[in-house]
Amino acid sequence: MSGVKTSAPRAFFLVIQRDLRLAFRRPGEWLQPVAFFAIVTLLFPLALDPEPARLRALAPGALWVAALLSSLLAIEFLYRDDGRDGTLEQFALSGQSFASLLFAKTVAHWFLTGVPLAIAAPIAALALGAPPHSLSGVLLALLLGSVSLSLIGAIGAGLTLGIRRGGALLSLLVLPLSIPTLVFGARATELAIAGASGAELAAPLYLLGALAVLGVTLAPLAAAAAVRISLE
Amino acid sequence: MVRGLSFELDAGRALQITWPNGAGKTSLLRALSGLLHVESGSIHWLGRSIFGDLRAFHDDMAFCSHEPGLKPDLTIDENLHFAAGVRRRCNINERHAALARVGLTGLQDDPARRLSAGQQRRVALARLCLQGATLWLLDEPAAHLDAQGQALVSQLVSEHVRAGGLALIATNQPLALAPDISDELPPARLAARAGPA
Repeated sequence: MSGVKTSAPRAFFLVIQRDLRLAFRRPGEWLQPVAFFAIVTLLFPLALDPEPARLRALAPGALWVAALLSSLLAIEFLYRDDGRDGTLEQFALSGQSFASLLFAKTVAHWFLTGVPLAIAAPIAALALGAPPHSLSGVLLALLLGSVSLSLIGAIGAGLTLGIRRGGALLSLLVLPLSIPTLVFGARATELAIAGASGAELAAPLYLLGALAVLGVTLAPLAAAAAVRISLE
Repeated sequence: MVRGLSFELDAGRALQITWPNGAGKTSLLRALSGLLHVESGSIHWLGRSIFGDLRAFHDDMAFCSHEPGLKPDLTIDENLHFAAGVRRRCNINERHAALARVGLTGLQDDPARRLSAGQQRRVALARLCLQGATLWLLDEPAAHLDAQGQALVSQLVSEHVRAGGLALIATNQPLALAPDISDELPPARLAARAGPA
């Protein structure tokens, strides 16, 4: 019955495919964080003085705090079910790189939570009074920032996997690490809304990109080590 | 938890561990699989320590644990496709043959959530067959299974072992295996014989 060993890239895409299929069978779980993001950002104009200039000044902060909290909400689900039903154990014993399989899960998770967030962000920015020409900058900042947020969250989710109701601890672990992303993300959004372009806007975006690259290089290894400890 | 244990297992043999509850059967299997950290001692596979190249060892090993590891929202065939496919390429015919082997013909497109505990165990056995490993580590493989299912487990293990495979079975319901292929592991502390498999 033994066939050819599955190649590493094939196993990687198989895990992504599996997680996406599972998510589409149960859409509530990944729609919830996006809905949270949309509600928070759309409530701001209602609660605040609806003066466009003031809203515009608050928009970057509101967008990024909402994005950070909604990504925190989403990351709790990353390993939970697979940890409970023994899937992660099977992954750890599969003969494939554990870090690569868990990274595949994080990539799928980013597709399901980070990308919708980035797509929802320009709409929310419009509601907060951002000019239409700034929306591509907002989208790009959220797209890059959400990569780091997913990867940092993956480490936290791995560390809190074995803990019941680890949500509070997860926030405590993840929030300090997310601060650089929050700072540069909000700065890039602020500059985009203020009408900056070229090198001025590119600087914080480059930094966000650098954080994302750093995350892609190191976070999968850290997350795999964390999950391995939780599996013991 | 478990101390002073030493044994070896040759190709074509099965070893049943029938210690009482809480004696460390599951811990032993998890330690042998490399999941659990071993405080002292060594584990060898084909004469080499498994910790030297854990992934190569895992290529040869399949672990069937308490949890069946099935996704309730996927169909049985999808479950097998993803769970076994991460290790080895298996086509739809192989998957259907494996399901037929464990007595689940015709259920391949049912969502796994509809299965009973015993049927889930059977899917886990089908996955085990599809994984194509040489060494089987089985934790209570006959749990939740009816008499027919228990006979099926014994038969699968016998066939695997007679084809040159190895099996380590932790169970309180010993499988009916022929004495010429199967041994029983004496309780920890009493075992004396040393040496790598």
